[in-house]
Amino acid sequence: MLDSIRARLIVIGILIAISVFSLWPRNVTVRTRGADGRMRDTTERKIALKQGLDLQGGSHLGLELDQSRGKVADPADAIDRALKVIRTRIDEFGVAEPLVQKLGTSRIIVDLPGLKDPARARAIVQRSAFLQFEMTDKEDAFRAALPAMDRALTAAGVTERSIGQAVADTTRGAAAPVPAPASAVEQILGAPRDTGAAAAKGRDTTRAAARRDTTPQDTLGSLGQGPLSPLLFQGQMHGEFLVQEEKVTIVEAMLAHPEVQRLMPRGLIIRWGAEPVSRGARAYHPMYALVERPIITGEYLVDARAELDPITNQSVVNFTLSRRGGRIFERETGKHVGDNMAIVLDEMVQSQPPVIKSQISTRGQIELGSASLQDAQDLALVLKAGALPAPLQIVEERTVGPTLGKDSIHDATIAAAVGVLAVIFIMIAYYRLAGVLAVSALVLYVLFTLGGLAGLNATLTLPGVAGFVLSVGIAVDANVLIFERIREELALGKSVRLAIDAGYKMAMNAIVDSNVSTILTAAFLFQFGTGPVKGFAATLILGIIASMITAIYVTRTFYMIYLERRPGLQTLSI
Amino acid sequence: MTRFFAHANYDFIGLRKFAYGLTALIIIPGLIWILAAGVNYSIEFTGGTLVQITTLGERIIGAGELRSALDAGGLRGAEVQSFGTARDYVIRARLSAAVAGTQEEAQRTAQAVQNALTQRFGENAVRVERREVVSPKVGGELRQKAFIAILLSFLATLVYLAFRFEFRFGVAATIATAHDILTTLAFIKYMNLEVSLVVVAAILTVVGYSLNDTIIIFDRVRENLHKYKRDDLAGILNRSINETLPRSVLTHGTTIVTTMALLIFAGEVIRPFAWVMTFGIFTGTFSSIYIAGPILLAIEHRWPGKDARGVRRVVGAGAVAQQSAPKPAAPREPAVRP
Repeated sequence: MLDSIRARLIVIGILIAISVFSLWPRNVTVRTRGADGRMRDTTERKIALKQGLDLQGGSHLGLELDQSRGKVADPADAIDRALKVIRTRIDEFGVAEPLVQKLGTSRIIVDLPGLKDPARARAIVQRSAFLQFEMTDKEDAFRAALPAMDRALTAAGVTERSIGQAVADTTRGAAAPVPAPASAVEQILGAPRDTGAAAAKGRDTTRAAARRDTTPQDTLGSLGQGPLSPLLFQGQMHGEFLVQEEKVTIVEAMLAHPEVQRLMPRGLIIRWGAEPVSRGARAYHPMYALVERPIITGEYLVDARAELDPITNQSVVNFTLSRRGGRIFERETGKHVGDNMAIVLDEMVQSQPPVIKSQISTRGQIELGSASLQDAQDLALVLKAGALPAPLQIVEERTVGPTLGKDSIHDATIAAAVGVLAVIFIMIAYYRLAGVLAVSALVLYVLFTLGGLAGLNATLTLPGVAGFVLSVGIAVDANVLIFERIREELALGKSVRLAIDAGYKMAMNAIVDSNVSTILTAAFLFQFGTGPVKGFAATLILGIIASMITAIYVTRTFYMIYLERRPGLQTLSI
Repeated sequence: MTRFFAHANYDFIGLRKFAYGLTALIIIPGLIWILAAGVNYSIEFTGGTLVQITTLGERIIGAGELRSALDAGGLRGAEVQSFGTARDYVIRARLSAAVAGTQEEAQRTAQAVQNALTQRFGENAVRVERREVVSPKVGGELRQKAFIAILLSFLATLVYLAFRFEFRFGVAATIATAHDILTTLAFIKYMNLEVSLVVVAAILTVVGYSLNDTIIIFDRVRENLHKYKRDDLAGILNRSINETLPRSVLTHGTTIVTTMALLIFAGEVIRPFAWVMTFGIFTGTFSSIYIAGPILLAIEHRWPGKDARGVRRVVGAGAVAQQSAPKPAAPREPAVRP
């Protein structure tokens, strides 16, 4: 049935229709964030052929759980929850057609096409966004324990100088773990390790500023004698202390001392402020003694919005809690009216803990000080999406700028055009009429391959385009095999009709065997490759399948039509 | 009708000794070099940082200047390489195995590169075009996966060929393919190309292409074995190669044209791929004729099948007898019949 010309034309027609349909421009809804920070759904009309990140520009991130600072109890569960959180964050971030998916059991990959600010995207994806509200140490239990801590430190032989030396040693030790010639990476290792990258940045700059200040004039009175107390200055409220910027690492080291940990009043935790403050000419870092059990955490948060405070012109994030969260918050704040409550984000205290004036239910505000509105927007975004169950680290990043992507498309198009034209020239020059038939089949081949890519939702990448150009060269192989066979048969003295029949029949085995083996290798490539290489393998596989259809089925049909029109044909232009 | 090599009758198999010499000349120094200096893996496989930049200002910034800016920024181990034009550079910093390299360091390195350049040349003098940061763990995984992919594709084609042809054809084709990988690796070393994912993809494509070519010839061998029952295998191999010669010339011609187009026009990013593919077409063609065929012949001699042809003519044909010289006559004897 498939052998009559009519049936063949119908099959070819259907294939063309499917290809054209899958390539036909369609409406796509794209979520983007406008200049004012609002999300907007726009409808665009575009060809359904997905371009890879290497062509349209964008970022590819691979994330894994960061277990370097403590093991995660249930990694599989943590990854699944992190996946959901990241998906929500990315959706809110506003990139057209993002991709967030799990790879294997322990990795999350995020593709962000057409991204303009990769650094921001990295920060948003990685940020823990763990929000908690903790009361300050209003009984001054920490301050009361300070003399005992000082005595313990003195007994242990710890002085500011000795611990300062130790701190410097560990930093240097980390900077050169091996006596190998300094590599680029080792140079970088000198940078301090901090938990919050953003905070570290802020702290570094102020630290440098403090160093420039050559007059060590303290406007504040220190708390007493010993190694630790002289470094701390009482702040404006119970449980708030100020530490000179350059002493922050020393104080951290002293507080981490096992003796000090032992003497730490039960239920208290020391946290640092997110931003330094200045008193007189000096920069200080606030340090807070907080009740470790939070009165509420960010899990009850349902909405968060960034705004500019009209009075202070500072950026703030207004949040709303769920009704259940609101009830808890109301009860807890009711108990603590007149006390200070610290807003702790990723273990850093945001701004100065405000006084609770009255019960607070579902609405609250986080002040961000000098942060920009965009920072506030990003914070609102990650708060809304929820906290990551465990810290994540970026194990892989590939970012291609939009300009390089455009250049690649431009260059690849020229290469494709030159390659295809050259193939067309060779085929027609060598095979004449048969060459024209093969070239017409080649047009269908291009259509089928692109249609197949669009239909299977495969991605066109730069190596994919190379694979496509290459497969045009290979695609004519099937025709070459057939035509050479026909020539051989003609040389044996067979009639045109018989020679064509024999040519197709005899070449069949070789075509199928050789193409199947190429598909096999390409399939393995598809299976192991990442983004661009997967695109290459997909294009190659589709190209081979399409070339088999066009070279065997389509050209055969052309010949059948040609022979029917000229029944008495004696010679063949081949 | 234009027809190249229509009635070609070259003694390809007779020339195989020269071919062996030629291919050994390519492979052996290349492999020694690789063993001595190692494979030049890209950061995708080793872990590390790659930053591609374009310098934007009026003034062209030289590689030396970039290097000194990076040195000043504390990035002494970074390589600076010009990339296509005088304005484009690629900066690479590998994570050495000695440093317990983590992704954090890689990320920090990438940032440090950008900071060092901004500090020296100003905010808008340099644009980052591409940034790749790979942790050594991911790199190691990828290397392993690439290796497994190559191995599995070997096995799969061997099984397919054994199924479609006979086992000995599969073995011969696989050995020819292994040869292609060796020559291609040597070529990559000579050209000082980086072994990246895309280059591995090119190697696998070369494998596919070469197999394709081998199969075309083997298919003709299979056919001719039926057709010319009285001919020996060497003769049939020669006949088959000559008969498929016009096809080979044309197909390789069209493919070379496309890879050349890629090489010349498709830009710097894809150029290593184009180089490997262009070379691969030559080595693939070569191995189909000079490796796959003779290996098939050797297998025939060593383990003659029930219809072994190479052996039948041993008594009469000198050319074939020479080749089996190191083998004692004992295993052949039963097969030698007039």
